[in-house]
Amino acid sequence: MSLTEQHKKLERNVTLLGVGAFVAVAIGGIVEIAPLFWIDNTIEEVEGMRPYTPLEQAGRDIYIREGCYVCHSQMIRPFRDEVERYGHYSLAAESMYDHPFQWGSKRTGPDLARVGGRYSDEWHVQHLVDPRSVVPESIMPPYGFLADNELEMGDPAARLETLRGVGVPYSDADVENAEADFLAQADPMADPGDLLDRYPKAQIRDYDGDPAKLTEMDALVAYLQMLGTLVDVDSAAAQEELATETGR
Amino acid sequence: MANKRVDEPTGTETVGHEWDGIEELDTPMPRWWVWTFYATIVFSIGYCIAYPAWPMISKGTEGVLGWTSRGALADELEAQEARRAEAVSGLADMPLEQVQGNEQLMSAALAGGRAAFKVNCVQCHGSGAAGSKGYPNLNDDEWLWGGDLSAIQTTLIDGIRQPGNDDTRFSIMPSFGRDGILTGEQVSQVVDHVMSLSGLGPANPAGAQVFENNCAICHGPDGKGMREFGAPDLTDAIWLYGSSRDEITYTVHNARNGVMPAWGERLDPVTIKMLAIYVHSLGGGEDFTQEVAPEADNAPANEDDERT
Repeated sequence: MSLTEQHKKLERNVTLLGVGAFVAVAIGGIVEIAPLFWIDNTIEEVEGMRPYTPLEQAGRDIYIREGCYVCHSQMIRPFRDEVERYGHYSLAAESMYDHPFQWGSKRTGPDLARVGGRYSDEWHVQHLVDPRSVVPESIMPPYGFLADNELEMGDPAARLETLRGVGVPYSDADVENAEADFLAQADPMADPGDLLDRYPKAQIRDYDGDPAKLTEMDALVAYLQMLGTLVDVDSAAAQEELATETGR
Repeated sequence: MANKRVDEPTGTETVGHEWDGIEELDTPMPRWWVWTFYATIVFSIGYCIAYPAWPMISKGTEGVLGWTSRGALADELEAQEARRAEAVSGLADMPLEQVQGNEQLMSAALAGGRAAFKVNCVQCHGSGAAGSKGYPNLNDDEWLWGGDLSAIQTTLIDGIRQPGNDDTRFSIMPSFGRDGILTGEQVSQVVDHVMSLSGLGPANPAGAQVFENNCAICHGPDGKGMREFGAPDLTDAIWLYGSSRDEITYTVHNARNGVMPAWGERLDPVTIKMLAIYVHSLGGGEDFTQEVAPEADNAPANEDDERT
């Protein structure tokens, strides 16, 4: 019997067609789903990466709320022009606690993967309030309202708990102290407790230049000043690891 | 295929099946298309063998050429380094103060410095290095922390008030009004005095007294500033945050403590050197020999003071 005759049989038997369609779709599903079970081995281990502090996480939520990712990527690709402008290319591990990741797909503005420490807090505040006052050719919209909006804390413990549910390794102490950490990071006068032990390289200061209140600007600048500062990509160990890596 | 037949009007073979009398012509694809298609298949097989391609359980296939995107980048950077090797190693070995004597290295340093400035510095200091409110003009001969080559280099490496850097240049202007150090009236008096220093207003003896008690320790008794503290000269016409009464009052009330990032954490030493030479060349660079001992600064030098 020819192939078309056989196919005719399949087309005319609804049960057989259903089973055949299921098998075909299942193959596609397995190809998409199976790699997720091995996803951990796509991330090379690097020292220094840690989950975001509650305040950084709040800043990240504002970053997403305002759609910053629409114009800014957080992914330095391994090309000379990018590396010379933005710094060492991004590693997978540097976005492993991002849910969702902020790699982005379009750069209207510059890449922000390593923007932390590149500018002063004052610059960030001024630039967010009036981008053209520091970069005359910028087409970025102003975000001055962030400095007026008091930061809504919500329930930071629940937020960390949720992130823990999708695999971010917050400790019990992190969740317990979430609210205190949240407030302490933007207040140099407060007692940070063991914030710096649990979140190495966390920066504690008043970010928006207005110590009287905690604003969305505080959170967003805290997030920006942290970006790319956690992993010491230029350390000898990291470089050796990267040099011997193949297949990427 | 039992039902295959040649369709008479078109002379083309049918595919062989028929539904309620409807048949389908099996018009062959153009030959060039078919051969291109086969060629892409052959190419993809070759590509899969040569380059990283298939994801496996623990990692992807590596490809026989051993190509990696990171390796390609490393090669490109190496080639670039080789092109610049002569200038870079020359600059790395030569003490900062001698570079100006070597024409070839000097022009390499200026070109490299200009490029690095455009990438890293223009966002604050402006593309012409003229600065803006809060960000010093680098073209004039006012320097907050010193304007000779090594002072500029130090500022570049460790920054100014950079959080988390122990070697950064540091000083803190107190928030005289906000923290209640001075009363509103005293602030107003001292603002009068500060304005009178550069001829913007009449003298105010009460303000002069407040100045002597609170400000002179950093800005100097005559308001000429001190570089150890990055305290600007208040007697000249250059104002980092504006010279209006409102701006000066704001400054005294809330204080100004500008921050510059520490570029030593980000840029390599030769790039920093090139940047220092470039910035020094912009117009306000101070003579090296004159500045060997930066401590000697508060001596009433004729050279104008602060601001960087």
